Amino acid sequence: MKSRHKRIAIIAGGLASLGVAAFFVLNALNSNIALFYTPTQVAAGEAPKERVFRIGGLVKEGSLKRNDMTIRFVVTDTAKEIPVAYTGILPDLFKEGKGVVAQGKLAADGQFTASEVLAKHDENYMPPEAKHAVDTAGQTAKTLKQ
Amino acid sequence: MSNKIIHWFKYGSPQSFYPLAGKMIPWFWALAAIFCVAGLWIGFFVAPTDATQGEAYRIIFIHVPASWMSMFLYIVMACWAGIGLSLNTRLSSMMASAIAPTGAMFAFLSLWTGALWGKPMWGTWWVWDARLTSELILLFLYLGFMALQAAIDEPRRADKAGAILALVGVVNVPIIYFSVKWWNTLHQGASISMSKAPTMAITMLWGMLVMALAFWMYSIAVALQRARAIMLERERHTDWVKYAVE
Repeated sequence: MKSRHKRIAIIAGGLASLGVAAFFVLNALNSNIALFYTPTQVAAGEAPKERVFRIGGLVKEGSLKRNDMTIRFVVTDTAKEIPVAYTGILPDLFKEGKGVVAQGKLAADGQFTASEVLAKHDENYMPPEAKHAVDTAGQTAKTLKQ
Repeated sequence: MSNKIIHWFKYGSPQSFYPLAGKMIPWFWALAAIFCVAGLWIGFFVAPTDATQGEAYRIIFIHVPASWMSMFLYIVMACWAGIGLSLNTRLSSMMASAIAPTGAMFAFLSLWTGALWGKPMWGTWWVWDARLTSELILLFLYLGFMALQAAIDEPRRADKAGAILALVGVVNVPIIYFSVKWWNTLHQGASISMSKAPTMAITMLWGMLVMALAFWMYSIAVALQRARAIMLERERHTDWVKYAVE
């Protein structure tokens, strides 16, 4: 074996073992890397108690209520729901039916008091006309189902 | 017959690569300028407004290509560094050193434009989610590579140390790319991927792809220019440099 072949083998072996190590580390840290808990995870008791954490999901359609400075809405992952109260300014993309990430504390009665609300954008980019077409198509599909 | 064969390996030596790179650089600069003008024109005048984000989405014409380049250049840099380390070729290590600053610039640009977009859209400049954090680590890897090489006086040893750092850092690149798939993050998923049709309007897509081409051409042009400077510096005691400079 030439020394150059040896070096290539060492580098390839090193990279492979590094990849495996990284895989195990990331697997072990899985729950800590996730930015937020879904309502289902919270319902299952996976979220930390008495500590600030983030929940993420969709803002339930028709759940948004404004009362002076306090905003109330429901975060859902279509399986479980969490009611959220928040006092402050909402980001531009915050909308019913869209993604949201809220940071705060969960009370014993299941009410989540948020200190920060962030909007989560999806990967779809389209002009308003296309959006309109997609929405109407969605409406038609819904009507047809009923 | 024999004089028709091109001796590709001769371009592996700085002496013959130096003039070749010099001839190629203006072409890449010209292509970069053309693609950049075309890309920005599509981005600002042809691509439609986004339905939910308004005009602010136009940052993607810089942000997405810059992020792609920051990851791609890292892979290229690590490949050159790896070749230099295993085959002991002088030019490969010089190419790795020449690419690093450009990669760092694109990583910084990606983070910076992302923050500018994040404030009005998400409601925050920065969040420690997997995508943003791993991209920040990429910037630190580039800076670490450059700092490490700058800290060692002897070029051959600097190359070796830098190459090991660059190769170890490669593990971060797939983490950046798949972070939005593996974990829940604030950053949205990929609009363009190998496995499904792009989820964006076609003119928006063109704007992004043309800008990506512009960034490619720019990266090649600057990397070659920097490589030429490194060649002259490292081989300053040789005869060919004396002729090249005259």
